[in-house]
Amino acid sequence: MLIKATRGLLIAAVSMLGIAIGSFPAQAEINVNITEGFVEPLPVAVADFNGGQPEAQLIGRDIAEVISANLERTGLFKPIDDKAFIQDQNSLQVGVRFGDWRLINAQALVTGSAQVQGDGKVRVEFRLWDVYAENMMTGFSYTSTRTNWRRIAHRISDAIYKRLTGEQGYFDTRVVYVSETGPQNRRQRRLAIMDQDGFNHKFLTNGRFDVFTPRFSPTSQEITYLSFEGNVPKVKLLDLQTGREETLGNFKGMSFAPRFSPDGNSVVMSLADRGNTEIYTMDLRTRKFSRLTNHPAIDTSPSYSPDGSKVVFNSDRGGSQQLYVMDVNGGNVKRISFNKGRYATPVWSPRGDLIAFTRLSGRKFFIGVMKPDGSGERMLAEGYHAEGPTWSPNGRVLSYYKQGKSDSRGKVKSKVYTVDLSGYNEREVVTPLDGVDPAWSPLLQ
Amino acid sequence: MRFKLLTMFAAALFLSACASNSDNNADGSNDGSSATTGTTDQSSSVSSSSIQGPQPGTLEHLVVNVGDRVFYGYDQSDLQAEGQKTTEALAVWMNSYPAVTLTVEGHADERGTREYNLALGERRANSVRDYLVALGVNPNRVQVVSYGKERPAVLGSTEEAWAQNRRAVFVVN
Repeated sequence: MLIKATRGLLIAAVSMLGIAIGSFPAQAEINVNITEGFVEPLPVAVADFNGGQPEAQLIGRDIAEVISANLERTGLFKPIDDKAFIQDQNSLQVGVRFGDWRLINAQALVTGSAQVQGDGKVRVEFRLWDVYAENMMTGFSYTSTRTNWRRIAHRISDAIYKRLTGEQGYFDTRVVYVSETGPQNRRQRRLAIMDQDGFNHKFLTNGRFDVFTPRFSPTSQEITYLSFEGNVPKVKLLDLQTGREETLGNFKGMSFAPRFSPDGNSVVMSLADRGNTEIYTMDLRTRKFSRLTNHPAIDTSPSYSPDGSKVVFNSDRGGSQQLYVMDVNGGNVKRISFNKGRYATPVWSPRGDLIAFTRLSGRKFFIGVMKPDGSGERMLAEGYHAEGPTWSPNGRVLSYYKQGKSDSRGKVKSKVYTVDLSGYNEREVVTPLDGVDPAWSPLLQ
Repeated sequence: MRFKLLTMFAAALFLSACASNSDNNADGSNDGSSATTGTTDQSSSVSSSSIQGPQPGTLEHLVVNVGDRVFYGYDQSDLQAEGQKTTEALAVWMNSYPAVTLTVEGHADERGTREYNLALGERRANSVRDYLVALGVNPNRVQVVSYGKERPAVLGSTEEAWAQNRRAVFVVN
């Protein structure tokens, strides 16, 4: 049931190509700088999208709401309450009265329309306006099934974000994570998937066995994860379209810590045997393993650089858990973490410029980033327990989970969070139950 | 349904066998398999006692006579002195019950990251296995698995709970 819904979404997405509207001036008046620390959020007005028919009117209003919420969550934009709007929806169809929007201090304005077509599909247009320069910055139209209106809203949000910041957006994405409930010693864990904003939430496993560390393939069509089904930890591969699931490799012992290579052709993971954990890659076409590390220490949590040439990983070969980078063939191993404490779960940014990690220092856990050579280390979030960062596809936001102390009855709370690369704007991602191990998908196709 | 009935029938048979065993012991007819301190010398008098405690060779028997777990220091996987003693007793026990096979489960406390703790738990479980093998136990009789920090034995976020959760646990297969 769930898998079918996923497939419908994907097929529908193909026909959802954005078509550019009008012409844009070469020079942007507004530019939101997202690389500096704290920035005063840019006031934007998102007007309800105008709909000819009552149904389209509802869709238009919902789309505006989703766009507003997306922009607000970035911390870069401050949507203005629509009660303050002076120009009404109907007169916006005739033309934008920029003075009315300047009066309420809007810097940018989003307008649009939704129409239900004869074939039952919905056609949505939007325009982004620079209120002070009095010109249109960008505009697109989208056609898709009505049930797909959320994705249209996310695509529009991505277009707005891109025009205003110069960076790719991350709204038309999904998050797979592990939903948790119950006390520490009887915690039920299920794989779950949702849109980046928490909507369209679905469970993928039934909770009869533990699952951990799901990660998306580059096409977002497969997930590799750790399953305790059969009571031995094993790396699994799940095809989201067909629902087909398989164990990767017939290796006798434990396998864990899987991640896809950037080309999606292989999965890198740890295999443990006789007290020694090493890193291997498995070619998904030939099903052959090749060994990358060869050391009596623990070698785990591998993550490829986006160009596929290097792997960052976690090892205690120096006496305690630290981060190391090696060539993709296993050679040229270099330690990159040197500050106080233990380092774990490195994950390379999709931009290639940074590595995010978990750091255990003092009695706290931190989420931080450093450059691939180990320089420029800084902490973005902290807690009693914080673990397992994952990157937004544009490399500007990290998601991870935090867990509190548990009481003597094992009552414990774990929640998924996001934080900007600047270290500002930490937000909880609202999930139906508790959540750990989030993994962010690439931008959907 | 049929299988279920059969199973129940078999269980009933087993129970009645046990009952008759203890009856035998109670009326003094020693069948030789009961746990007594009597001598094998036929001429001396036969002493008897009722069977107490768990069935030899079972996990319950192991728990009572050896213990079923050893503990580790923070981020450590070497057997401590007490863990060595327990493992030595485990090796003796395994030699007494040569049909028994064992799974050693490695565990970690919650103050670590998931993937590293899985590896650490595997290393802990193997510290027991390696010592058992060194003490002469057939390696084929001992399997290992790690559950990392995912299955705590003691609840709560305290030093005491963490110390109890950094453990390897013996499970009779």
